[in-house]
Amino acid sequence: MARTQQDYDDIPGTFVFDAERSREGFGINMFCMSLMKDDNRKAFKANEAEYLKKFRLTPEQTEAVLKRDYNRMLELGGNIYFTAKLGATDGHSFQHLAAVMTGASQQDYAAMMLGGGRSVEGNRSRSGKDKSAAKAKAGAKSASKAASASKPKSKSKSKSKPKSKSSAKRK
Amino acid sequence: MAKIIAGIGSSHVPAIGAALDNGKTEEPYWKRVFSGFEKSKEWMAKTKPDVAIVVYNDHASAFSVEMIPTFALGCAAEFPPADEGWGPRPVPVVKGHPALAAHIAQSVILDEFDLTIVNKMEVDHGLTVPMNLLFGQPKDAWPCPVIPLAVNVVMYPPPTGHRCYMLGKALRRAVESYPEDLKVVIFGTGGLSHQISGPRAGLINSKWDKSFLDNLSKDPKKLTRIPHLEYMREAGAEGIEMVMWLIMRGALDDKVDEVYRFYTVPASNTAVGHIILENARKASGTRKVAGKSRRGSAGKSRQAAARKSIHRIASKGKR
Repeated sequence: MARTQQDYDDIPGTFVFDAERSREGFGINMFCMSLMKDDNRKAFKANEAEYLKKFRLTPEQTEAVLKRDYNRMLELGGNIYFTAKLGATDGHSFQHLAAVMTGASQQDYAAMMLGGGRSVEGNRSRSGKDKSAAKAKAGAKSASKAASASKPKSKSKSKSKPKSKSSAKRK
Repeated sequence: MAKIIAGIGSSHVPAIGAALDNGKTEEPYWKRVFSGFEKSKEWMAKTKPDVAIVVYNDHASAFSVEMIPTFALGCAAEFPPADEGWGPRPVPVVKGHPALAAHIAQSVILDEFDLTIVNKMEVDHGLTVPMNLLFGQPKDAWPCPVIPLAVNVVMYPPPTGHRCYMLGKALRRAVESYPEDLKVVIFGTGGLSHQISGPRAGLINSKWDKSFLDNLSKDPKKLTRIPHLEYMREAGAEGIEMVMWLIMRGALDDKVDEVYRFYTVPASNTAVGHIILENARKASGTRKVAGKSRRGSAGKSRQAAARKSIHRIASKGKR
């Protein structure tokens, strides 16, 4: 059955864990949850395909788990807080998983985070329907004005500071 | 009479807990994060709350996908730290305040917020990391009892920002109708911008975060109108947990004093945000951090009105 189209499906690179995915991914997430117990981790590692049978996954879900295709797991109803337990079972840090999902090396991903993270510019919308993103691309100077006109929340006049700096203030 | 005197917003990044537990706080990367909470710990030590209500979310620790309560109030006498895959965090067991929690549950449900009551629950980094950031690392016991309020922000849709804000107001009415004199602080945790799932993971939006913090102080009602789509688009799929800060904000006065703010990028995959807000009717001026003088004839009449409104709703419910 095709997934019902949602407004948030327009956000690029994002699989929102909604009620429909929660239903579809129940088995994946319960499988991941089972990995909280050491005995289960051992049983899974001993025979992955056999262990997975207990959770009634679809063939696609089983394949995604066996291949450690984390994006596909999310698409098929896995939730990141659950699939992270599979990553931990494999001995991976969370940053390793994040890098895998973004298609970057862990080193590059870590460098991106230190540099202030992935910019939202150009990453708001697949369709370009999102006006502030579309106009931001159009022209550098007029962009901020256009954005604040179309989106009240970005009215903040503050100049953005260098991203990786901390700021603390006491009033 | 019990009273909410201040609200604390804080991120609850798990890696912060790991850095604490593994003694990495002096490493430059982590020092940048922890240094932002030094003043906050001083503030907390001076404020000495009798109880803390901590609004947080569980991360597949206490709740799997078997049950997904939207608002779950911890009414137990204690909440052990959960094993999140590396053994439970080496932090003291969190002691609850069952009497106040039961009172809050009763008051808030009759105030039309249908909470789930939890009498047995483990708590994960979502709750214990902000506790560490504000209370430090006590060995044997946390300095005050805690009432956990777990909010579903894992499965879409979480409660709306507006619903969260209104729940904060109901919590306040509940606390203020409790007879014992208690100083209560409320934590809103999670955020700020971050996305940890999918090809867009790593998203940070500092401009949006700053605007959120500004409005949290000055114009929280504006924040209550932000739709979920915008949180996810602008602040990342997991950035939607910022709605929990609005429960904290709703429990405070309309006008607050922003006592402290801190922001840094990144901690692991997340923008760290932190704010301390005190109800503005407190003596303003020099050392607000001392936070001792709690007057309030205006407050009293407001509380009387609040009690009345609870009774009104309660009696309506009985019909």
